[in-house]
Amino acid sequence: MSRLLEIKDLRTVFDTAKGRISAVDGVTLSLNSGDTLGIVGESGCGKTVLALSIMNLIPANGKIVNGEILFSGQDLLKISSDEMRKKRGSEIAMIFQEPMTSLNPVLRAGEQIAEAIRLHQKLPPKEALALSIEQLREVGIDDPEKLVREYPHQLSGGMRQRVMIAMAMSCHPQLLLADEPTTALDVTIQAQILDLISTLKEKNNMAVILITHDLGIIAQAAKNVAVMYAGKIVENSTVENIFDHPFHPYTRGLIESMPARCAASSDRNNYLKTIPGNVPSLYNLPAGCRFFDRCSVAQKECNQEEPVLKEIEEGHFISCWKYPGITN
Amino acid sequence: MNNYNEINMLQSLVDIKELKKIYSSGGGLFNPKSRSVHAVDNIDLEIYKGETLGLVGESGCGKSTLARLIIRLEKPDAGHIYYKGNNINSFSAAELKSYRSNVQMIFQDPYSSLNPRKSAVSIIREPLTIRKIGDKNKRDEMVMQLMGKVGLSKEQANRYPHEFSGGQRQRIGIARALVLNPELIIADEPVSALDVSIQAQILNLLKELKNDFGLTYLFISHDLNVIRNMSDRVAVMYLGKIVELAANVDIYSTPMHPYTKMLLSAVPSGDPKNKNRILSIKGEARYAGEKGCNFQNRCSFKIEICAQEAPPLKRYDQRRFCACHRGDSI
Repeated sequence: MSRLLEIKDLRTVFDTAKGRISAVDGVTLSLNSGDTLGIVGESGCGKTVLALSIMNLIPANGKIVNGEILFSGQDLLKISSDEMRKKRGSEIAMIFQEPMTSLNPVLRAGEQIAEAIRLHQKLPPKEALALSIEQLREVGIDDPEKLVREYPHQLSGGMRQRVMIAMAMSCHPQLLLADEPTTALDVTIQAQILDLISTLKEKNNMAVILITHDLGIIAQAAKNVAVMYAGKIVENSTVENIFDHPFHPYTRGLIESMPARCAASSDRNNYLKTIPGNVPSLYNLPAGCRFFDRCSVAQKECNQEEPVLKEIEEGHFISCWKYPGITN
Repeated sequence: MNNYNEINMLQSLVDIKELKKIYSSGGGLFNPKSRSVHAVDNIDLEIYKGETLGLVGESGCGKSTLARLIIRLEKPDAGHIYYKGNNINSFSAAELKSYRSNVQMIFQDPYSSLNPRKSAVSIIREPLTIRKIGDKNKRDEMVMQLMGKVGLSKEQANRYPHEFSGGQRQRIGIARALVLNPELIIADEPVSALDVSIQAQILNLLKELKNDFGLTYLFISHDLNVIRNMSDRVAVMYLGKIVELAANVDIYSTPMHPYTKMLLSAVPSGDPKNKNRILSIKGEARYAGEKGCNFQNRCSFKIEICAQEAPPLKRYDQRRFCACHRGDSI
């Protein structure tokens, strides 16, 4: 197991009309080759910005102001944009939530996949197309010769996501960033896509960062989990630890509020546990711990100073003042 | 509402008989081949007073069309819907007006279902104004009381939808649906646009309101975990048809229809130690052809007759219906 990706104290900010916000604020995490890291959190917590920071695809009003992103030992923030462009798509690939808006509507499926192959492997068009047919067969499409001639609007949501995956896999990347890859899909299609990603991962010894708001998907597909809240990682450990011994009050709240975790409701008064309140606005964060307003165990001290991510046992990191032994 | 052995004692609120709705597409200049889609295909279904009937199925299976037919936003091509014994498609304008105050809907997307130019209080008050119920003070009093019930504060009354979060907007939508004191609420994917922590808040609120106001719910969702948590009975829909209908416990402990089994296998369990699937999942929801069962192209239990005849929704016992030729043998 070699360390493929190491992110240290990453901070990505956006300058907006209302002021500067830190969408990703001091994130540290690491990933080994062949592993799947799940990043879970609610909308607006910075999951997608974290992935875009790794790809160096931050929108124009944002920038990375601090930290390192070491990919195979090389800091992606220090290399030129030409070098980064070569890595993007060939060594690090990304798939997105909405396959309809991320595919080009005026290009046939085959041309889109072939484009990536031609760009990175410098192959003539014919060979690139043959390779893309091969790639489509890899992602479980029965009749790839027919599919390469179709336009995105002719495909179902599941098929489009398969085309996206074929495109991402075409240059055998070492790292795949999957940002809510199944959120727009039906459950039976979701199951097939998750199985496909996991098969391809095994086959190519590829590392995957799986971003989702759905803890069910995390439980099924991830080996390690980072829980994000308002731009920060609040807990990070193995999937077993996160589900069986979660410590951070936010992680515990998320898991307890899952309808799947609540026993069958033959009892009508079987209420779900909830986390009160809403995710805070990044423009108006509490002074200390960002979860302070919603936390059931918070004390006055928690509002004084922000907790930092500490390793409480091997491989289990939390950022909470309430853990025994951590004090401010 | 746990004992469905006494099902005959339950009072039927909505009774749907052989309901059909067919949409046609194509037939134009660019796509000359015309095609018809059976969005609701011969559905029989009863909603009992005081229950929560969960309706689950994947996108495009006709869940929302069924809801729109019940609320009479669409007219069926065949079949009837009876509300307390009266056929809703032969209602006069006055009857329809009173029907629509008895049957209200909560929509999926709280961002697009609220008028952005109206404040929260006027959105919730509008149904009262239209129906000229009470005077202005009375109306405001009713709205304020309801806002408290759904967890919105007085200070928020004059704010506009964009100033609220998704969960709060859904609370406004719920208050608007409740203001006319309806009997039946059709909730069409009410939590699928919300974050996990907010989803649980809204589900709990819906349960609370059901107890307080004695409501009946038709709860539509694609999420089997949410349906499990909310419903007394569950109807599973596939390509326009109800394929299984049973009490909550039975659907999840002993699913009968191969599609129900597939859906249950596909849902992530939420437990990292339990990743195995009972059933392999293949294919996409697509019409298999003119003849036979809609599910035959994805079914692992297909036999000869499945390609020939569409299985009817058959009663297996007092509280269980399934539309499968091999219902009791698999």
